[in-house]
Amino acid sequence: MRKISLEINGKKIKKEIPDHTTLSGLLRDILNLTGTHIGCDTSQCGACVVHVDGKSIKSCTALAADLDGSKITTIEGLVSNGKLHPMQEAFKKMHGLQCGFCTPGMVMSAIDLLKNKKNPSDQEIRDWLEGNICRCTGYQNIVAAVKEAASKM
Amino acid sequence: MKKFNYHSAKDVKEASKIASSSSVFLAGGMTTLPSMKLGLASYKDVIDIKKIKKLSGIKVSGKIITIGATTKHTEVANSKEVKKAIPSLAALAEGIGDPQVRNRGTIGGSIANNDPAADYPSACIALNATIHTNNRKIDAEKFFRGMFETSLKSSEIIEAIEFNIPQKSSYQKLPNPASRYAIVGVYVAKHKSGTNVAVTGAKSCVYNEQDLAKALSKNFSSSAIDNIKISSSGMNSDIHASADYRANMVKAFAKKAVDAC
Repeated sequence: MRKISLEINGKKIKKEIPDHTTLSGLLRDILNLTGTHIGCDTSQCGACVVHVDGKSIKSCTALAADLDGSKITTIEGLVSNGKLHPMQEAFKKMHGLQCGFCTPGMVMSAIDLLKNKKNPSDQEIRDWLEGNICRCTGYQNIVAAVKEAASKM
Repeated sequence: MKKFNYHSAKDVKEASKIASSSSVFLAGGMTTLPSMKLGLASYKDVIDIKKIKKLSGIKVSGKIITIGATTKHTEVANSKEVKKAIPSLAALAEGIGDPQVRNRGTIGGSIANNDPAADYPSACIALNATIHTNNRKIDAEKFFRGMFETSLKSSEIIEAIEFNIPQKSSYQKLPNPASRYAIVGVYVAKHKSGTNVAVTGAKSCVYNEQDLAKALSKNFSSSAIDNIKISSSGMNSDIHASADYRANMVKAFAKKAVDAC
């Protein structure tokens, strides 16, 4: 067991956790932030993507102990004053989801893309979302949603 | 994942001291953690080396680029120095996995793991790299020993990798469409002393394709290797590609790399 302090969605938290706790395990099982999904659990599908110190990572493949002192943003942290983030709005508007399982990871990953590139091309969006797998949409509307969000952000 | 004790080492000496036959060094964890979750590996102690400052960073001096072991793929991909001195190395880093893997995965982790389909081992062979550990300097040629096997000892830590800047170079790979690991990857580098043709993904371990290297050392043009036949003996064969197909791709991607130089 070890004590860690993190800032999650703007809130400081202190927890005592087993050493082998993954970040996704901490978020879902200990903090009850179940918006971050676990799909493959081996860093391939991207449903668990969150931001750590501003960069997107797969939370199933990071140890919580290793992130002591970091600032973390999850899908729950995107809403501000009751309003959805422009990326969430764009996914809704452009039908960028069906079952919604991959969506939290898609949204977190896409926001990181727009931080690096303001107006990405279709190919750049597809390349960036390489590590986010969706089995419903065929990706067309996801790409459309990211472009829509890029025009609003 | 089975329980273990997590240690965050403050320096190489401490990390090396904690190391035992049932420990593992943790950098990005992009292979180590999934292997542990899948029950393919378990350790009593996991020794995190990411917070050791001197293991990270990129330096260029003269004809050499030195990259610290815990430098992330994204840092190599976006480094102005690397892009200028060895653009093919920055491009290789940009092609590893996906953005989230590149945000965590490290160069030292990649070569210590020595996955037969990993990209970085080919760069080490092609660019006549020297691997610096806390005990010694190892030539890349002697470092990669076999499938997931290197010449590292259990308490030995990679500190940095030193690459020789070539006259020309290019890395071309046929990626697995799902994982982006190389089905076949060929790194061609022309040095003053001769040309290397490092191949990954094709066999159980990265290797320098001697016939192609010799021909290209004499005449650096893709037509110089037209008549060389690559044997499929010892090549990997799986659902993604047969041994014969891989043998063909070694030559096809070597030509592509030469043309891209």
